[in-house]
Amino acid sequence: MSAYILRRIWQMIPTMAGVILLVFFLFNWIGGDPAYVLAGLFSNQEQIDSIRAELGLDQPLVVQLWIFVKQVATFDFGNSWTTGESVADIFATRLPASLTLMAPLLVIETLVALVLAVGLAWVRGSSIDRGTMVVFTALMSVSILVFIILGQYVLAYRLGWFPVQGWSDDYWKNISTYAPLPILLGLLVSIAPNTRLFRSFVLDEVDQDYVRTARAKGLSEPRVMFVHVLRNALIPVITFVISNLPGLLLGAFLLERFFGIPGVGREIILAVERSDFPVIKAVTVYVAIATMIFNLIGDVLYRLTDPRVQLR
Amino acid sequence: MQSQSTVVANVSEGAWALAWRRFKSDRVGVWSGITVILSLALVLSTLLGSLASDWEKEVAISHAPPSWAMGGIQGEDASASTPEVVLYEPTPTDVVDPIAAQWELAQKAVKPAGEKVNALATNLPMGSDKWGRDVLAKTIKGAETSILVGLAAALMATLLGSVLGAVSGWYGGIVDDLSNWLYNVFHSIPGILLILAIAAVLNTKGTMAVVLILGTTGWTGTYRLMRGEYLKHRNRDYVRAADAIGASNNRRMFVHILPNVSHVILVQFSLLTVACIKAEVILSFLGFGVPVDGVSWGTMLTEAQNDLLVGKWWQLLSATVAMSIFVTGLSLLTDSLRDALDPKVIH
Repeated sequence: MSAYILRRIWQMIPTMAGVILLVFFLFNWIGGDPAYVLAGLFSNQEQIDSIRAELGLDQPLVVQLWIFVKQVATFDFGNSWTTGESVADIFATRLPASLTLMAPLLVIETLVALVLAVGLAWVRGSSIDRGTMVVFTALMSVSILVFIILGQYVLAYRLGWFPVQGWSDDYWKNISTYAPLPILLGLLVSIAPNTRLFRSFVLDEVDQDYVRTARAKGLSEPRVMFVHVLRNALIPVITFVISNLPGLLLGAFLLERFFGIPGVGREIILAVERSDFPVIKAVTVYVAIATMIFNLIGDVLYRLTDPRVQLR
Repeated sequence: MQSQSTVVANVSEGAWALAWRRFKSDRVGVWSGITVILSLALVLSTLLGSLASDWEKEVAISHAPPSWAMGGIQGEDASASTPEVVLYEPTPTDVVDPIAAQWELAQKAVKPAGEKVNALATNLPMGSDKWGRDVLAKTIKGAETSILVGLAAALMATLLGSVLGAVSGWYGGIVDDLSNWLYNVFHSIPGILLILAIAAVLNTKGTMAVVLILGTTGWTGTYRLMRGEYLKHRNRDYVRAADAIGASNNRRMFVHILPNVSHVILVQFSLLTVACIKAEVILSFLGFGVPVDGVSWGTMLTEAQNDLLVGKWWQLLSATVAMSIFVTGLSLLTDSLRDALDPKVIH
């Protein structure tokens, strides 16, 4: 097991290097000269030169790459080009809001989708099952934007059940007042794809021998579905949830933008709008690292929960 | 699902003919197929200019409600939407005219009352937007942009993924290692983040930029599947036989194997089209996509958000319904295609 983990970490190194190269290539080559972006519209050659020197842009490409690698290794991406705040600070201060929103959403959406999935798999092939799947396909074809725009307008603006937007410094106020509507809308958007996926996981299990054995023992159908089948279907579900955790930070960027929640996702959109390269670079590299690590954790958990899986 | 053949023939049917027969018996698949074909015909006719080519014309009063909803509007909306005949000539521009009010008065003063010049409509089927443009025509024109962007980006991603996957699975060795490395790099960055990062560095808004962004980020899934298919097929008997009669590498890869894995490409292509259309809408909404002087379902949703605040819901409805019809149709079609083309897999 530990040999496997070590090898996986070892294999991460070339991928890591690739991500760094890709980000470097994107921002230093395709992105054009950042000095012009930074200096703004009214600038003279002197200003541009001094900015170039400050950012190390007058150095050869290899040296610039080395500077970037050092930034990644030391978690020091310098300051945001627009606000001057240090990039590390930006993430430290924006993370709590994102987590306040996403943690409850993740738990609720996984549980609801799981129950729905087992329920649908139970009546698989029936008109309820097929009808629900068609409705879900239709729901998935409605843009997430429409859910948010309509939800915010009807539930908050028109009916006044929730505040239209806002955020405070108090956790309990956030979770009780500001977070419910975004969470509800996030749930509406994610329930269809998650249920579809989890249903396919459950369907992979229902024809297994152990299910027939359980039925032959005379167990009730709810017990077969919700204890025997569910326990085995949980394995891919867990892997799926774990390896998608880093993406969650970004997944909420539209919710954060619409509801004025000062989270990581909204910060990324702002950074893209302002061409704030250090912030985008940092997010891309670290989210990629986090994705790799969580993928590994997911695989290891898979191995621990399902002894049939051989990791090599 | 599979209808038993009643044809007594010595020649066995081809894989595509069999798939077609399976597909025909799938009612959901047939209807979704018809929906998709009709939508594509619509796109083709806007491309040729026979439909919605004058969507930018001011043909109605500002924010005219849909004709079928005229009676059902209550409260403050009703007073705002009472049809009034405006006397000035429609302007072809779509910018807000700062002196419109004064201009209108001046026009009224010049023209004798009662003389109607090209009166603006108040009874469009889907109403009009802020600038008096026909929302229905706008939705159709928006469909053209969104669907074409989706198709083009999906085509690019599918091509990239298929070629890379084929080469990687066929040759193996260092080519495979390199492609796998590239795949791992792209795969470890969440899609939406990569899309935003490329949008940030490109910093050029436009339809081509969207296609480029989505095309270069979407190829990973196709690559993985195609690589697997080529690994599987490379040692099959028919490929060895082709080798024995002296078929070149390229010939074996693209003439012998490709037809046998083309169903994977087809399914991937339509899956990617759905994903790209959805992504285009979000990118355009955020301002990184289709520029404001164009129209797509994404830019319509952006406008619709402001419209909704003053109670004008029809642009939102129109864009949403159009998008749902096409995307649902394409998604259901994809499911049916997969069932028809790959009957061994149970979904």
